[in-house]
Amino acid sequence: MLKIENLCTFYGRIQALRGVSLTIAEGEIVAVIGSNGAGKSTLLNTISGMIPSRSGRIEFDGTPVAGLRPDQIVRLGISQVPERRQIFSTMSVMDNLILGAYHRYGRGEKGAIDRDLEFVFEIFPRLRERIKQSAGTLSGGEQQMLALGRGWMAKPKLLLMDEPSLGLAPLMAREIFRVSGQLREHGTTILLVEQNARAALELADRAYVLESGRVACEGKARELASDERVQKAYLGK
Amino acid sequence: MKKLRIGPNLAGVIILAVVLALFGAIDIIRPFGLRFSDLSGRVVTIDTMIRIGILTIVVVGLNLLMGYAGQVSLGQAGFYALGAYASGILATLASRHGMLVGVADTWWWPWLAILIGMILTGLFAFLVGKPILRLKGNYLAMATLGLGFIISILSGQLSTLTGGYDGLTGIPRLRIGEFALWPAQRYYFLVWGAAIAVIVVALNIVHSRIGRALRAIHTNETAANTSGVDTEHYKVLALVISAMLASLAGSLYAHFQSAVSPSPFGFKASVELVTMAAVGGLSSIWGAPLGVAVMFILSNLLQSQIEAVFHIRGGEYELIIYGLVLVLIMIFMPQGAISSLGAWRRNARREKEGAA
Repeated sequence: MLKIENLCTFYGRIQALRGVSLTIAEGEIVAVIGSNGAGKSTLLNTISGMIPSRSGRIEFDGTPVAGLRPDQIVRLGISQVPERRQIFSTMSVMDNLILGAYHRYGRGEKGAIDRDLEFVFEIFPRLRERIKQSAGTLSGGEQQMLALGRGWMAKPKLLLMDEPSLGLAPLMAREIFRVSGQLREHGTTILLVEQNARAALELADRAYVLESGRVACEGKARELASDERVQKAYLGK
Repeated sequence: MKKLRIGPNLAGVIILAVVLALFGAIDIIRPFGLRFSDLSGRVVTIDTMIRIGILTIVVVGLNLLMGYAGQVSLGQAGFYALGAYASGILATLASRHGMLVGVADTWWWPWLAILIGMILTGLFAFLVGKPILRLKGNYLAMATLGLGFIISILSGQLSTLTGGYDGLTGIPRLRIGEFALWPAQRYYFLVWGAAIAVIVVALNIVHSRIGRALRAIHTNETAANTSGVDTEHYKVLALVISAMLASLAGSLYAHFQSAVSPSPFGFKASVELVTMAAVGGLSSIWGAPLGVAVMFILSNLLQSQIEAVFHIRGGEYELIIYGLVLVLIMIFMPQGAISSLGAWRRNARREKEGAA
């Protein structure tokens, strides 16, 4: 579904990605783990078009994606749940979710959008309770639910999740991961970037370890979780 | 955009239209020899009302740009000037330059000129907007500030075209066929007709998908981008709309004054426009007429009252009080008058419910 070859991204003269290659098959949950500054978020932002790449290829369902604008990429079926949630804090919960489906309006999808809203409220009942509340007044966990719901409202084939557990209480983080698994059952492929390697490896099918802009190793999530080097560096054993 | 919203906004438009029509009718019918300005003891004249109407059009555009899309413009008077000069230059082609005689001296030519001015200004805003709107916050403010300065200086320097610092005179009054939209009592209806139409269009934009996109950009540009909103497109669109409205207002101003010169379109004008928008409430279309009226009447009042009370010429004293009022408004109504009124009403209602 997603095929990345030899991707290089720069911030000015600083190189953040040094030839990253990665593939995701339909229906998979793939995790990218690594320490601070390894280039995890840069990778996601390059895929979603927020940062331009310098060289390399990104192909989504056979379509080259590099060079497209973020809104065009959303329309192709890639939607991002950005780092630190980035909700529309002065707007209502409802408005936030509707904005997620922005590109779907005016295409006769009204009925489908309403159904998807209903689905979001089913998996996150707390959002329904706060439907008219302004999003900035939600707790951190609720804001993450909202960001996830908003990303899902774009009806993506591929959902990019950037550090969904950041700053959340462990219980809340677990809830977010549980729902992510649920979204996969509804046909969404997920690329998950996480510092919380343990939780990410539990959820994912496959994983990549990123070290200073390069893929250090990759493999089945379970195998990586028992790999001695990974355990030492990221699982604290 | 398709259908007009029914509700407080439609009611507001109707009330505003009726009240303004009544004001205008007073000056035409003159019941008991009364004039409109007698209502306020000569403080607010028909002339003042026309100026308020013209500036309302500019400030509505500024509200869309700053209040909804969240993009600062300290150069809005530049677009206002472009409209005024487009009308001033095009409408006097026949009389000043002997060009297009037979076309440029017909009654419909000035109307066409207004349209041409709006299109050219919109095009200019589009071309400038692409690079400028990549900037954010203070940097954008500086860039638009510079833009305003450039237009202001050019309008003084390109004297063969603009008449230099003396400006252009002899701009004809507007008419429809043989029916002249003059004296001022008639022009009043044209200006406020246009202003109300602009308010209606703006209200519809705000409540459409475009309005939601603009608010999303204002609230969180990154999030808007990842949600599939083409942020660059909408930012440029907001600038183009606001520039075209400013141009329309500039044209109406040119035909009202029958002359244009660079002085009313400088940096001070841009700041006053932003002030009016802020006082009325940046993210409220209804704030536009309110903000313009409050600031305009306040400055008129200060001018006349300071002279009467202190027996000195206004000048600097007026500015001191003007500034003081601004500071007070910003302290007590940071969201602007309209939002504050709304909030006070909500609080009052809540207290009532709490007591019951």
